[in-house]
Amino acid sequence: MALLDMKDVRGGYGDADILHGVSMTVGEREVVVIVGPNGAGKSTAMKSVFGLLTIRGGSIVFDGEDITGWAPDRIVQRGICYVPQVDNVFREMTVHENFEMGAFLRRGDLSAAYDRIYGLFPDLKAKRRNLAGDLSGGQRQMVAMGRALMLDPKLLLLDEPTAGLSPKYMEQIFQITRDVRDAGVSILLVEQHAKQALAFCDRGYVLATGANRHEGSGQALLADREVAEMFLGG
Amino acid sequence: MSFLEFLNFHLVPGVVLGSIYAVGAIGITLVFGILRFAHFAHGDMATLGAFVALALVTAGLTPWAALPIAMAAVAVVAIVVDKLFYDYLKARPKIMTVMASLGVALMLRAVVQVVFGVDPRTYATGIVRPDEYFGILLRDRELYTLAAVVLLVVGLSLFLRHSRWGKAMRAMSDNPDLARLSGVDNRKVTMLTWAIVGALCAASGFMLGINNELHSMMGWQVLLPMFAAAILGGVGRVEGAVLGGLIVGIAEEMSIFILPAQYKAATAFVLLLLILLVRPRGLLNGKVL
Repeated sequence: MALLDMKDVRGGYGDADILHGVSMTVGEREVVVIVGPNGAGKSTAMKSVFGLLTIRGGSIVFDGEDITGWAPDRIVQRGICYVPQVDNVFREMTVHENFEMGAFLRRGDLSAAYDRIYGLFPDLKAKRRNLAGDLSGGQRQMVAMGRALMLDPKLLLLDEPTAGLSPKYMEQIFQITRDVRDAGVSILLVEQHAKQALAFCDRGYVLATGANRHEGSGQALLADREVAEMFLGG
Repeated sequence: MSFLEFLNFHLVPGVVLGSIYAVGAIGITLVFGILRFAHFAHGDMATLGAFVALALVTAGLTPWAALPIAMAAVAVVAIVVDKLFYDYLKARPKIMTVMASLGVALMLRAVVQVVFGVDPRTYATGIVRPDEYFGILLRDRELYTLAAVVLLVVGLSLFLRHSRWGKAMRAMSDNPDLARLSGVDNRKVTMLTWAIVGALCAASGFMLGINNELHSMMGWQVLLPMFAAAILGGVGRVEGAVLGGLIVGIAEEMSIFILPAQYKAATAFVLLLLILLVRPRGLLNGKVL
């Protein structure tokens, strides 16, 4: 059974629906990417998992439990962490303090958790006392992911983690995403860089106007003529 | 005028006044940074603290023994005020909370006036001669005031820098949405903030009172210099509030070199206008609200 199972989810932020029936699954140790044109509801579909919008139909089941309509703080405790696209670090706190805030709900000895995070992001170890706001965009994205991973989630939601990054950092973020998966965390991410994202993910979903359009393995979607013509620029 | 005269009659009083402003400004900057509104009841909360201490002194305590009890009492008052008034308005535009705090200011002042009257009071009567330290004249109460301010500022800084809930307060000030995503309980941080702010209010009111006299308008009259200090230092910056407080206090005492003494109170206003024109984020780059 899939770790995350969304069925025919409808809803939006206010009265108008943005999602008109989105279904997707994320398995254990799987990187799933959501791509699609602007306004397709990619980020909205992801936020629905995290309880950030009003859901008016369908269901979201996580790890065998129906979490439809739960508040974000309850979902965090259940094992899903979310990394927003912007403003995703505490700028006036150090890198290490950002990780401490990520572990705010955890008690007990966290040294193993810190070792794991600094193992995933070796670049940040030397910068642990720097303010997160002073780091480059790519490093700030790593801090944001690290903060979310401190709670040891089963599922990590990443909203356009490579937006505005140089190609070098984009590759690095994708590599880290794979490392995180190999460490046992499932990942659902939204990406603008559709080609590169589909090339590295396990499976992908193409959304358009708030509904599923295509789905399949990353390679299959890349090879699909219609997907290529519509969304990947031929 | 000799250097020592300058030191004793202008700089020392400026530093004492400035450090009292600093304690008030820290509270203002915490409310600004974490709860994101301008708290106009700040001065009158300080007045309340000063008079709570007076009641304890009247009951037989020494003034400095009364201070911690007054701080605890106003901390509770601040939490109750938040629950009774500000909490109901948190989903509305912030200007409503600002206006409500003006109403709270009038209420707190009225309570002080009803209970203690409107005449000036003091903690102790009689003239205290200053002691000389290497040519610098300091009264005990000034020395204790400076020591208490240093203790409060260092204690608060350590708390904000190293404790779990201090970090949660900074996180809430830095990025409230992300703090909530990380599982920080907004209500607990709000309550903690009000407890600290109330205690600091009481301390600043008490120190104003012991270095001068108590009257029911004392807090309202220092509200402007305290706001000027908070904005001068940079909104949300505790160390900025300390710096701003000292600058405003010293500037007020120095103003008599260029302005008639009755314009002393205008100094803070002029400083506030200047900083808003030249560097609206304050000296230490605070938030823009």
